[in-house]
Amino acid sequence: MKRTSINKLLLASLIVLSACALSGCGSKKGASTSDADTLTVLNYGKYIEPDVLTSFEKETGIKVNYEEYESPEEMYTKFTAGAIDYDLACTSEYMIERLIDEGYVKPIHYENIPHFSNIDQTYLDYSKAFDPENKYTIPYFFGTVGILYNKNMVDATKVHSWDILWDETYRDQIIMENSVRDSFIVPFKRLGYSVNTTDQSQMEEALDQLTAQKPLVYAYYVDESADEMIIEDASMALVYSGEAAYAQDYNENLDYVVPDEGSNMWIDSWFIPKTCKNESSAEKFLDYLCREDIAMQNFDYVYYATPNKAVYDALDPEIQENTTIFPTKETLDNCEMFTYLDNDATSRYNYLWKKLKSN
Amino acid sequence: MSKRKRRLFAGPYMVWIIGFTVLPILMILYYAFTNADGSFTLSYLAGIGDPVHLKALLLSLRLAVECTVICLILSYPLAMILHGLNIKKQSFVVFIFVLPMWMNFMLRILAWQMLLANNGIINHLLNLLGLHSVRILNTPTAVVFGMVYDFLPFMILPIYNSMIRIRKDVIEAAKDLGANDRIVFFKIIVPMTMSGVISGITMVFVPALTSFVVSDLLGGGKVLLIGNVIEQSFMQGSEWNLGSGLSIVLMIFVIASMAFMNSHSKETEGTAVW
Repeated sequence: MKRTSINKLLLASLIVLSACALSGCGSKKGASTSDADTLTVLNYGKYIEPDVLTSFEKETGIKVNYEEYESPEEMYTKFTAGAIDYDLACTSEYMIERLIDEGYVKPIHYENIPHFSNIDQTYLDYSKAFDPENKYTIPYFFGTVGILYNKNMVDATKVHSWDILWDETYRDQIIMENSVRDSFIVPFKRLGYSVNTTDQSQMEEALDQLTAQKPLVYAYYVDESADEMIIEDASMALVYSGEAAYAQDYNENLDYVVPDEGSNMWIDSWFIPKTCKNESSAEKFLDYLCREDIAMQNFDYVYYATPNKAVYDALDPEIQENTTIFPTKETLDNCEMFTYLDNDATSRYNYLWKKLKSN
Repeated sequence: MSKRKRRLFAGPYMVWIIGFTVLPILMILYYAFTNADGSFTLSYLAGIGDPVHLKALLLSLRLAVECTVICLILSYPLAMILHGLNIKKQSFVVFIFVLPMWMNFMLRILAWQMLLANNGIINHLLNLLGLHSVRILNTPTAVVFGMVYDFLPFMILPIYNSMIRIRKDVIEAAKDLGANDRIVFFKIIVPMTMSGVISGITMVFVPALTSFVVSDLLGGGKVLLIGNVIEQSFMQGSEWNLGSGLSIVLMIFVIASMAFMNSHSKETEGTAVW
């Protein structure tokens, strides 16, 4: 009799205790980030020169809590879960469009960011696709999606069309992107559809093409693609332009092309979330990133196209003319940017992706 | 020491179990049985009936069975060989087999990636010998390879444990009474190691069934197991309800297979880990 009552007491107190612990975390999060000299930043993995963070901390005395993620979808999950209040975040255009739409984003006071003038107006115009009045974002890097190929293994006259990714000659040598929207770019553009279509029959048609292609595909990779191309495990890979530039640095047999049917252009931009407790620190950080020397360090590290005009003008002509890194205007105008798809369309895409993978 | 004081020692375990076992399971159950609006539904459990998910589950079952059978075929003779060796050599061989477990398992899987790649070490060796390259990486075969490599010690150890418990005089007595090697094997060794075999099977089959990392790394995104479906519903699609529903179904499968195993084992010696 006594024993059971003690048991119950113990159990009850533990439940209360754990509940306290849980709610405790909940209330503490606000306190830690409202601290005037810390800044919680969310960005893609490997997307900033690590020294930039330490030099910023030294220069301003603001402590940076730096968090990373892999895909925009993961970013959305982390961001909206609400466990951490972010002061500043960087992600891709269609996810920003969604976050703006859902009211998570604060307008930026550009007058507090003097070095914002370094950003090329051209890319602010492109940014209007997801930030129509240019009031929420600062572009960070941009690029295209295309085919990275090995000149010794692939017929270079044929890579100007997406058709080559269905060529039986290259069985087991093709790497596709392990991400649903990126991989669907290829059949959509090949069929002449928009990369943002939500028409079920167009989506099914694209799926049929990818299903037909699957036996030829060596693997669906994300981060491994460039390395696999460098060691010549595969002859073609669907990659972001930045990865292509990185791979070309290590293997001179590699070249990059955006096929004539068109492709996708992407822009990753910074924005200030509504959860930001520390706007002036966030503005200082953004200004720091726009500064020529810092933007140059980041460009050297990330090696994607930078919208920072001051950096571009200071580069060697050889790099300026490298169309892998800096696509020509014609290429960019032939490309289409992703727009945000609603939940229904997203889950239909995810389902088709699973269907492809299970085949 | 009074009973009350002794009870207090259970405190840390209670915190652990409530925080890391009971609460997560309750949360999974909640998500599995409710939809986005929070109202009750069974549709996410029924999600397993979808042809795509069913296919992934069947593939998982197939690969898990293959992996378990291969592990068993490799481990049982090894345990018998070990049984015949003297005790010093025994512990050395067991040490050799357990050694890889001390390394990070991701690293070991990545090593397989390098071995099996198109331009990998195995293909280089084959070409050197004038043979054709093999294409194993990014197929279900590669995934089975990786799982066998990872889970083999979990099969060896319990079988070996049950094997060394067989006293040599039992076998000698049987032979004295006229039993030949075959009869000794089937009437004495097999029944006496059954609990070890069952526990080995459980320890290999369950992780193999639910694994998703191995298929990610060695399947090249082309092999979709039920574990991958669940992982994707949480990480990519934000479909937590579906992911939870499928997790519950998978848990039912695991519990059912364990119950099936246990009903076929006559637990005698306590060598089973489960």
